[in-house]
Amino acid sequence: MDPQIVIARRVARELKSGDLVNLGIGIPTLVANYVPADLKVFFQSENGLIGTGPIPEQGMAHPTLTDAGGRPISALPGASVFDSAMSFGLIRGGHVDVTVLGGLQVDAHGHLANWMIPGKMVPGMGGAMDLVTGAKRVIVAMQHAAKGKSKIVKQCNLPLTSARQVDLVVTDMAVIGFPEGRATLLETAPGVSVGEVLAVTEAELVVPDNVAEMKL
Amino acid sequence: MKAVSIEEAVAMIPSGATVMVGGFMGVGTPERLLDEMVRQHKTGLSLISNDAATPGKGVGKLFEASLVSRLTATHIGLNPKAQQQMLANQIAVDLVPQGTFVERIRAGGCGLGGVLTPTGVGTLVAEGKRQIEVDGKPFLLETALRAQFALVHAFLADYLGNLAYALTSRNFNPIMAMAADTVIVTAEHIVPVGVIAPDHVVTPAPLVDYLIANG
Repeated sequence: MDPQIVIARRVARELKSGDLVNLGIGIPTLVANYVPADLKVFFQSENGLIGTGPIPEQGMAHPTLTDAGGRPISALPGASVFDSAMSFGLIRGGHVDVTVLGGLQVDAHGHLANWMIPGKMVPGMGGAMDLVTGAKRVIVAMQHAAKGKSKIVKQCNLPLTSARQVDLVVTDMAVIGFPEGRATLLETAPGVSVGEVLAVTEAELVVPDNVAEMKL
Repeated sequence: MKAVSIEEAVAMIPSGATVMVGGFMGVGTPERLLDEMVRQHKTGLSLISNDAATPGKGVGKLFEASLVSRLTATHIGLNPKAQQQMLANQIAVDLVPQGTFVERIRAGGCGLGGVLTPTGVGTLVAEGKRQIEVDGKPFLLETALRAQFALVHAFLADYLGNLAYALTSRNFNPIMAMAADTVIVTAEHIVPVGVIAPDHVVTPAPLVDYLIANG
């Protein structure tokens, strides 16, 4: 299975009926494709919409119905629109149940860095800092390593997105949580051993006696 | 509210002005006003806008014409021209978290000196800012943002200047319509008074100074 699909499918299992969910750009966006049809999840787009639907068919796009990247989307029955103050009131005010974001680094304490690489990539933080600060649960969806380098690090050397600790990290190899503030290996991907995860992880992981296999 | 031509409206904006522009990645942006800003070559602008859009779209046009000298925004990653001008120090860029950006503008429009937000505490964003504890929790003091001009785009405007917006093109427009000395509006449709029901007016008419005549 494609690594990105492994991540998206596993994250989708974290969502519950009634949840208000905000998905970031990249792998997080894929999560919506794997939510079971009987689960009533509200997806928020921070440019001012709850109830985002799939990309419209060719020729059906509307110039004023877009996602946070400015791309055409659709709205599901029951959708609502609002201005940016309301949108970020929802985010910062703790009304968003789950946010799923991409990451550049997550460290052993659960700190996330995902908005800039000094001197190289300075796009701006957009809504990321508000999402990590205000959402009830923060899930990071990212590849375990990039160009052979672990993205689960001892300590972030990239600028942090928030001082708040994330709740869960889902990668193509593992699920990592932070009980008692320490990175803990909760699950491994199908066909991946605990040893293989540890071998490509820079941060020291707490390994419980029983590490489950990811259900996808 | 006064109805004016697009040429007259933009002629009121001097070079070097502080200008807020509504829109999110070019969606809900008053494109015609930006085209006219480029045509009249208004330089040295201090631009307050969520993003830098993309080249050729929305405020992206202002960067292509090198009209911006200062930018307050939340994300400029999708406009290589703006990135380039920032890295070459041609424009001073202040990057602000989006929720903080909109609350600073809201504060500016509502007579508040600023807001206390938890966003940015413990990050680079906190540098040089006052941190204030309320009930044991740390917040950053983020000051209000205002502009000389707000350029706003609506879906409907009635003859009085009441405004309604469409779907995701609402975004920052109604917030910015409260936070500038002079508010200039373009609308997809200009309609008789009463077409927008009182319940559906988002920006009340007294906030609008100039409405660009369609045609």
